[in-house]
Amino acid sequence: MYPSFYFKSNFHLVTLLGLKAKDPVELLEKIKKVPRASIYYHTHRFLQQHHYLSPEPPNDFAYWLINVLNLKDLGELFAGVDTVSFRNMESLRAEFIKILETYLSRSGRIAECAEYHEFHFISCLTFILPTPYVAHSVKEFRGILSKISINSLYFHMFEARMRLERDENDFSAWFKSIGKNDLARTISKLDPYTITLEGLRKKIIETVSKYD
Amino acid sequence: MTKIKKYVPIVGQGVIDELYFLAEKFGGKTVQNINSTAVGGGVAEILTRMIPLMRQLGVEVLWDVIKGNEKFFSITKKFHNALHGINVTITDDDFKYFVSVNHENAKEINFSGDVLFIHDPQPIALVDMKHEHGKQWAWRCHIDFTQPQADVMNFLQSYIEKYDSAVFSAPAFSRNLSIPQVLISPSIDPLSDKNKELRMDKIDRVLERFGIDKERPIVTQISRFDYLKDPLGVIEVYKRVKQYVDCQLVLAGGGATDDPEGLEVLEKVRTAAAGDSDVHIIFLPPASDIIINALQRASTVILQKSLKEGFGLTVAEALWKAKPVIASAVGGIPLQIAHKYSGILTYSIDGTAYYLKQLLNDQTYANKLGINGKEHIKHNFLITRHIRDYLLLFLSLYHRGDIIHL
Repeated sequence: MYPSFYFKSNFHLVTLLGLKAKDPVELLEKIKKVPRASIYYHTHRFLQQHHYLSPEPPNDFAYWLINVLNLKDLGELFAGVDTVSFRNMESLRAEFIKILETYLSRSGRIAECAEYHEFHFISCLTFILPTPYVAHSVKEFRGILSKISINSLYFHMFEARMRLERDENDFSAWFKSIGKNDLARTISKLDPYTITLEGLRKKIIETVSKYD
Repeated sequence: MTKIKKYVPIVGQGVIDELYFLAEKFGGKTVQNINSTAVGGGVAEILTRMIPLMRQLGVEVLWDVIKGNEKFFSITKKFHNALHGINVTITDDDFKYFVSVNHENAKEINFSGDVLFIHDPQPIALVDMKHEHGKQWAWRCHIDFTQPQADVMNFLQSYIEKYDSAVFSAPAFSRNLSIPQVLISPSIDPLSDKNKELRMDKIDRVLERFGIDKERPIVTQISRFDYLKDPLGVIEVYKRVKQYVDCQLVLAGGGATDDPEGLEVLEKVRTAAAGDSDVHIIFLPPASDIIINALQRASTVILQKSLKEGFGLTVAEALWKAKPVIASAVGGIPLQIAHKYSGILTYSIDGTAYYLKQLLNDQTYANKLGINGKEHIKHNFLITRHIRDYLLLFLSLYHRGDIIHL
């Protein structure tokens, strides 16, 4: 008998750390010390808050470097970080540190933002909640996927892997557990960071329909 | 009283179901709000709208108001100004009197709630009763804390840190505190007179009343006549753009008629616009929400060229009507607009004029910004999100760790 898939959802309560940066030096200093949840928040906030936009705005660090400090080159490096290729927040943090340290070692002049336009470090509490939906087969899974909230899709594709630091997204893990290894691999290969959440939902449904 | 189910067509059944779920998880506990006024002002307004909705979700909610005499409120007014960066003198006696009024009130309040939710500085020292009553205490700051005067900030901080959690409206208001700080943005109510859908004939009547031509582009700023809202800067922007686009400007807003500075600003605005019949300066009395709604809905582009702003909810109101908005990157406005995605953020008259010209000439791009802006407000700045955040805050007071399984 197959294990069932229990759909869950999540919410974030945004917390403030009282820390801010006015230039790349302070950004580096604070990125090194903020909690992992803060790195997660700043690299994933736009996905949930602007999930209807395509192309989506980049992560908070890139947005601030480009639009406030006008450091388009450094901002582009931050925007270009391939989030999906990182296993957890510590490795993502290490990448940001490497980019900033390299940039600062080469840059002679440090740009400072105008007063009141500092980067404010934010973090979040994650609340995980059950939903009424349970899938007992791939076919049922596909049907439910079209009904669940965007938050639920977000939780299983992003939160589970990057925040709860599971090895892979929940959908792929379940497909693997029921012997659908090809489907699991196909879903794992999707880059969920480059399409809207509704686009992602559609893509997963299309993929799953080939296997049910 | 607005029924919670009336929000279903706007935000979807799922969002309302989730609110019921969170309320149930709060498990019959009672939230006791305490502030300093039952009517007038933003805090009373939001509590008036929100409390009936929370009760419909099954949360027990109480609301108490502290009492104070003229001396007390003149001191709290000084606090308010000092927190906004205005240099005022507050004596030791003022601080002592403030605390004594709080303690007098504490004797009369029945602290029966499980969560004491205290709003703004006026009742902040009630937290001294925490050792007697226990329970969970959260302090909600609704005001701008960007440039507080040090003595008032230090005084308040000594009380804030006695709470279990502090809530601010924008990241820039947070401080280095020893207690958890939460960001909860204010919200707009899509069913209020200021934001509800209006029939086209109603909008047309408002335009006719003020002599505004609906066939030509309308550029609008809704705000009180105050230097910090930069109405003179808006006129300068309009004059530059008018050379290229035959548009009209609407500057509409209220203000206290006994405020000498407001009248002075209004006079200067009228002088700056003198002789141009395409500039409409509309001084609105209180309770003009439907007119504001109609003016926003009739607009081609909406400006909010503030020099300083608390949260700037007029931006959310405009975006909710799917209008392209150009606004200054101050206060809470950058939370509402992602530059070039859901609106335009500017820093100067030059920048505002440049983008205004662009949006008036490129309606497709302008419409796209407006549509994105409306989506952003729908998901992040409606009263249903505000209620959800409050429920999460109350739940957070009973859980440890940053991942909470409900």
